[in-house]
Amino acid sequence: MKNDVLVIGGKEIKSRLFIGTGKFSNNRLIPEAVKRSGAQVVTVALRRVDISSKQENMLDFIPEGCIIMPNTSGAANAGEAVRIARIARHLGCGNWVKIEIISDAKYLMPDNYETIKATEILAKEGFVVLPYVNPDLMDARRLRDAGAAAVMPLGAPIGTNKGLKTKELVQILIEEMDIPVIVDAGLGKPSHAAECMEIGADAVLVNTAIAVSEDPVAMAEAFSLAVKAGRMAYVAGMAQEKIFAEASSPLTGFLSKNE
Amino acid sequence: MKTAGCEEIKIFEHMANSVELRRSILCKESFIDIINEFDIKHLEYVFSQINEDDVLRAINKEKINLYDYLALLSPHAEKHIESIAAKAKKITDMNFGKVISLYSPVYLSDYCINQCVYCGFNCKNVIQRHKLNYEQAEIEAREVSSKGIRHILLLTGESRMHSPVEYIEECVRIFKKYFSSVSIEIYPLETYEYKKIIAAGAEGLTIYQEVYDRHAYKTYHLNGPKKNYQYRLDAPERGCAAGMRVVNIGALLGLADWRKEAFFTGLHALYLQNKYPYVDVGISLPRIRKQVEDFNIPCPVSDMHLVQIMTAIRLLLPRAGINISTRERKELRENLIGLGVTRMSAGSSTRVGGHSNALDSFGQFEISDTSTVEEVRQMIYRKGYQPVFKDWDNFLQGESF
Repeated sequence: MKNDVLVIGGKEIKSRLFIGTGKFSNNRLIPEAVKRSGAQVVTVALRRVDISSKQENMLDFIPEGCIIMPNTSGAANAGEAVRIARIARHLGCGNWVKIEIISDAKYLMPDNYETIKATEILAKEGFVVLPYVNPDLMDARRLRDAGAAAVMPLGAPIGTNKGLKTKELVQILIEEMDIPVIVDAGLGKPSHAAECMEIGADAVLVNTAIAVSEDPVAMAEAFSLAVKAGRMAYVAGMAQEKIFAEASSPLTGFLSKNE
Repeated sequence: MKTAGCEEIKIFEHMANSVELRRSILCKESFIDIINEFDIKHLEYVFSQINEDDVLRAINKEKINLYDYLALLSPHAEKHIESIAAKAKKITDMNFGKVISLYSPVYLSDYCINQCVYCGFNCKNVIQRHKLNYEQAEIEAREVSSKGIRHILLLTGESRMHSPVEYIEECVRIFKKYFSSVSIEIYPLETYEYKKIIAAGAEGLTIYQEVYDRHAYKTYHLNGPKKNYQYRLDAPERGCAAGMRVVNIGALLGLADWRKEAFFTGLHALYLQNKYPYVDVGISLPRIRKQVEDFNIPCPVSDMHLVQIMTAIRLLLPRAGINISTRERKELRENLIGLGVTRMSAGSSTRVGGHSNALDSFGQFEISDTSTVEEVRQMIYRKGYQPVFKDWDNFLQGESF
């Protein structure tokens, strides 16, 4: 496990658990939750950031040393996402950005086409772009070619806590992509996060399941442990699942007898 | 018992099949076509057929259909309100997080040519009318923003003479300087007029049908352009088509049978959400307040029934914003947090210039929760939720940066 490092945008990332900040009952919980989770990458919706507010500036709650990854929540097309990313950088949020383009208010499904367009523009401008998408292999390749630093497929629709419903598709991305695959959205419990890591995801991003929990700080740690366990299992190489027990060889046993 | 006729069976089937309903919505020009399909008479029959099992089935489903929604609005649901509320809370927390967005209404003008029997701004009411001039509007904007409010709702009565579209556009531009998000609640406009308001910097539209029951609608709206039921009914759709980011609808609860009004409100939101998937469609649940001396509320809605409506809407439309204003009592507002509500007004005044006290004006109705913005903020924290003042920024939308 010693050399098992995740590198995104030229940076070594210590924790494979990324955290969202939008749903906490009190922003004061964020520093403690981030600390206990060990998370190093924290995403913040720029729409919520109020630089002018003395009481409620979201950015003040992100512990020092974290990479702030502003997200473009609220953007409905590539143009708006690009604008939000540029404003975020201008406000001093660094050059990481999670592109989130949603023009479907019912399921909050990401728009891959617009996301690819925005990635193309922002990567050229020097942003470290992490696009949130539906797990489609062709689109993931387009994103990589457009300069994405990672690809973030959804596990299930945002906020559903249903777990890794897109497993087959995410697994294909993991096998085929040469940039990190980070499962974002839909993970409802630590075991879901562990499952993502066990199949080889490079990291996971969790918000709802931690923020809405009765004890968000403890839940943040629980996710952190699950992510570590899942990753360790993946690196160790998991034993293959077997459908049948293999005590004897009733079908081919005769081969050795006849020899 | 009356047996089901052809029409009624059709409605049953229509309600139970969400996919078919959605397809039928997509080929409609106006919500009026859907209303026509759900004739109120037949709706009454369907209501009469609902039993407790229907309610239990609705509670246990992951996604409910329109028939389940009706079951949740039926008298049988009252007994199970605690489990319905628990489900509504879970869905709300998951979709919106532990947060409540706050906004404040600002009345720009109370000139009105409509004669709505329940309203304080009724044109027959002999009151001194007021309108903020641009300078006063700016003072009002400064006053409200000093309280920490970042989202604002601008209101006027219906008067194209005193508060024309150009006036509203200018006011939007003024308020935009002080707020992250500006919405309007004014008389219904044409699509191209909504586009002008959006170009001026507004992003949200609130417009209530007031009464979905067409017959009752007529008896409340005696004179003025508001008499035109369908023109008002189509206004939210025109707002969606014009490019409003947030569209908020509602029935003024207390004017007609609430079960049917809530049914059509939910159906209207479902209609808009399906036709305009990129619009954030929300629902307000305004209970009518005593606004006029000689007007008695004909169909009062109890707290229990308000909760029933709110939780049923949450189960039907998991992602829809739900709005509760200061029409409601402080204690009730506190108790409603967690049951489905996502937006609340705070520090409200229903008088023109009421925040800066610039004018000697009358309120449209009496507000109930008179808490200050700070008190509302504290109250939300006490309930274990985060008050969110800023959830959008009008500078995030635009051509280039």
